[in-house]
Amino acid sequence: MSKFRKLAFLAGLFGATLAAHAQDTAKKAEAAEGPVTDAALSTDARAGSRLGLGRVATPDEVAAWDIDVRPDGKGLPVGKGTVSDGETIFAEQCASCHGDFGEGRDRWPQLAGGFDTLTRDRPVKTVGSYWPYLSTVYDYVHRAMPFGNARSLSNDDVYALTAYVLYLNDIETDEDFELSNENFTAVTMPNAGTFVPDDRAEEQHYKDDADPCMTDCKPGPVKITMHAQVLDVTPEGGGDESGPAGGSVD
Amino acid sequence: MDSRSTPDQADASRRAFLKSTLALGGAGLAVAAGTRTAAAEGDPKITELQDWNRYLGPGVDAAPYGLPSEFEKDVVRRDVPWLTADATSSVNFTPLHALDGIITPNGLCFERHHGGVAEIPPQDHRLMINGLVDRPMVFTMEDLYRFPRENRVYFLECAANTGMEWRGAQLNGCQYTHGMVHCVMYTGTPLRNLLNEAGLKSSGKWLLAEGADASAMTRSIPMEKALDDCLVAWKMNGEALRSEQGYPVRLVVPGWEGNMWVKWLRRLEVGDQPWEQREETSKYTDLLADGKARKFTFQMEVKSVITAPSPQAPVTHGKGRTVITGLAWSGNGTIRRVDVSLDGGRNWHAARIDPQSFPKAVHRFYYDFDWDGSELLLQSRAMDEKGFVQPTKEALRKVRGANSIYHNNGIQTWHLKTDGALENVEVS
Repeated sequence: MSKFRKLAFLAGLFGATLAAHAQDTAKKAEAAEGPVTDAALSTDARAGSRLGLGRVATPDEVAAWDIDVRPDGKGLPVGKGTVSDGETIFAEQCASCHGDFGEGRDRWPQLAGGFDTLTRDRPVKTVGSYWPYLSTVYDYVHRAMPFGNARSLSNDDVYALTAYVLYLNDIETDEDFELSNENFTAVTMPNAGTFVPDDRAEEQHYKDDADPCMTDCKPGPVKITMHAQVLDVTPEGGGDESGPAGGSVD
Repeated sequence: MDSRSTPDQADASRRAFLKSTLALGGAGLAVAAGTRTAAAEGDPKITELQDWNRYLGPGVDAAPYGLPSEFEKDVVRRDVPWLTADATSSVNFTPLHALDGIITPNGLCFERHHGGVAEIPPQDHRLMINGLVDRPMVFTMEDLYRFPRENRVYFLECAANTGMEWRGAQLNGCQYTHGMVHCVMYTGTPLRNLLNEAGLKSSGKWLLAEGADASAMTRSIPMEKALDDCLVAWKMNGEALRSEQGYPVRLVVPGWEGNMWVKWLRRLEVGDQPWEQREETSKYTDLLADGKARKFTFQMEVKSVITAPSPQAPVTHGKGRTVITGLAWSGNGTIRRVDVSLDGGRNWHAARIDPQSFPKAVHRFYYDFDWDGSELLLQSRAMDEKGFVQPTKEALRKVRGANSIYHNNGIQTWHLKTDGALENVEVS
């Protein structure tokens, strides 16, 4: 049977099972319908019947927590900040980890550079070289940075920092540039448009492997091509340098 | 023995026979030899009175919340410090090599945090629903406990599980190569029940889930999935969620990458398009060889690994009866079959799955055989209920390159040597 006929067959079987299950559920529901009371109904969370739990959120509560920003600018607060403002804030709040120029200190994330490296052996994925949307910069800095002191930046601080990160990446070259909720969506990121939908299920190896080989699957002897022990980067357990990897059960 | 030797399977058994004969008095078979000697002379563990035969042990109040035997103290989560810049945005690994069955003990479930472990008093926790709903809502934990409950067993696998192995064999032990996965029974209420209380508008196509921790983790989830099988869960394996697993409440997104299972869940926003947050643009997008990147790669693919024997669980009993065991799982549903190879994928044998497991949960498999003491190249290959077969790493790299970071479900090879030690290798 070809892979796709087999898949279709399976899908058919699966569908039939689901249908049978649905029928079964419907029958049970019908059986339960007879003596049903209002009290019994209130434990049944079928669409449309509310349980009356929770309370309505106030506008202030929603405003306090809903700070997310979308690529189309939805969610941006009113505010503004310049590249030079951002440089000052960055030096005080960010550079100790990310470096003065967004180059990243030690193992901390690099924010700038890495252009044209995405097809290389060791790509450098930064805001400039990889991130598709500026909204993500604003949103993420606002909600989660500085690391260890999140939500400490004002709306204007975040506009200024976002402008400075654009400047570090040469996306904006004017030091006097001011980013605001008004001009925010006019900025286009270099790597926008290179993200593609998930098509893993269509990969050829999945199509080829419908009926996997069981015997004599490879011609000739199987050779070892790579060893983890040559690299030797696994933590050792119990201070025994010569022993197997950490967590050994022997 | 020389770990760099290339085993030629054609004459491996002859060579291995010689080596295992030489090893008979050595460390590899010391356990078996010791047991045999004791049996001949009368085992002192039987013939002599032991302390635990005579003296009383601790009473019932010694451990109000019990811990494993002291002899199991090495069965713990472990981390790899060089993987990340800081322990508060990092990962550790489930000791898969030492576990059996399909349920992961709560204290051993791997951790992945982006802002450390939030410690939230349950009476102070709130869950908000806003956006494209008839009425924005706030729920306390007390409110959540009054929703109809369901119990479901699901695996949770980090999208980056096995990610360090994209370029080749790197870490030596399945705890490190495959330990960003756990499987527990969750108790909670279907997410659709909560959304129903707020009243979904028909324009609501996406859901943003947000955590209450310092990373304020956010992910966009298609509404179809949210209404299908997602749970808002507050118990795991019968007890409250562990703090490191999102106490007091987390999202359960069956079959999908662990990053989406937002912990310390505090807000659900309904919208008409995805938010493109940091965790679905900068992270959890999969770079391909041509420089493009896949996004919204939600589902975890069919996968398996032999957990024992493995580099951290060598064979200590010598030749003879040997149990190979491992885990298989798929975001597509149940595992239909697992095959095991002893010769690096030339020949395969159907393994036994026990127990019959649940959709989108791990499945435990066994392959029992007589080891002749020769070098083996152990592999497992899973097939799921939709007919997807676990690929080789080579097949994956051929279509994706080596820089995807996430979603490495390639077949794992362990090199079993004649002395019973194992190593993580790749084969041709």
